[in-house]
Amino acid sequence: MLVSIYRYNPEKDDAPYMQDYEIELPAGKDLMVLDVLNLLKAQDPSISYRRSCREGVCGSDGMNMSGKNGLACITPVSEAVKKGKLVLRPLPGLPVVRDLVVDMGQFYKQYEKIRPYLLNDTPAPAIERLQSPEEREKLDGLYECILCACCSTACPSFWWNPDKFVGPSGLLQAYRFLADSRDTATQERLSDLDDPFSVFRCHGIMNCVNVCPKGLNPTKAIGNIRTMLLQRAT
Amino acid sequence: MVTQITSFGRSGLYDWMMQRVSAVVLSLYTVFIIGYLLLNPDLTYDQWSALFEATWMRIFSLMVLLSIGMHSWIGLWSISTDYIKATGARFFFQSLCGLVMFIYIVWGVQVLWGL
Repeated sequence: MLVSIYRYNPEKDDAPYMQDYEIELPAGKDLMVLDVLNLLKAQDPSISYRRSCREGVCGSDGMNMSGKNGLACITPVSEAVKKGKLVLRPLPGLPVVRDLVVDMGQFYKQYEKIRPYLLNDTPAPAIERLQSPEEREKLDGLYECILCACCSTACPSFWWNPDKFVGPSGLLQAYRFLADSRDTATQERLSDLDDPFSVFRCHGIMNCVNVCPKGLNPTKAIGNIRTMLLQRAT
Repeated sequence: MVTQITSFGRSGLYDWMMQRVSAVVLSLYTVFIIGYLLLNPDLTYDQWSALFEATWMRIFSLMVLLSIGMHSWIGLWSISTDYIKATGARFFFQSLCGLVMFIYIVWGVQVLWGL
């Protein structure tokens, strides 16, 4: 199989380029894209990429595989190959550190902006803040995000305004804390999002939903934030 | 929070709502005009002129003109902040859009009221 990989080493290369590798895949087995990268790394140790848990939990190996963002460790080669060729590029829109490794600084900055932790100004109870099963259920589909950045880097609004638009991942988390019964800073959180960029740069094209490796729905969460803002203001 | 002084209502929520409200007005007008043309296949100048002489039609049309202004301002403002990164060029483009919309509205009022 032909594998084409985006290569860029800022210390040596003037510009990024695509390098082709020919690889013999074991017959009768559908490897994951990460396995292919590991095999290639044995051939050419200079290929750089991030990986850790190799089972879709850590979110380290988010990359663009034949045009679609996803986690290399849980994407079967058969799904990612197009016309007999596997094209691997770094996540789009973020600065490339080297080869498939991107600088996630801007992505984390947006995550930090939404204050991804419980804010509660009531006195802490002796043991813990309790939630009813119904209240806990509201967090399903939100808390599972692993911050792999596949969604935000698939979003044109995030490409054009990564410094102002929070992005699907950050907004999913913003709603996770807006929906949490134990959080008391709902009004403050909403006020922080009521500008033309943070939430409203989302035009609902749903690229985020299309690529999320965990099957989450940031567009729905963004819709819920809009509804909360609207209910508060009308 | 990101502050913006050139956006329509300076609030994301307000712009978002106005864009939807104006879209409803524009679609109602489109449906009405298409319906009117379909129901009057042998439309004469006098009929058309009488329609636009009615006060309710002038109000409806003025509402549509203002909606076009708002809708396109919000849309073009979004596009300019996406694609024009140089502040001077962006501000020039936004001012130009504002001027064109203002001209269209004033001109539209002149046409509607036959001034």
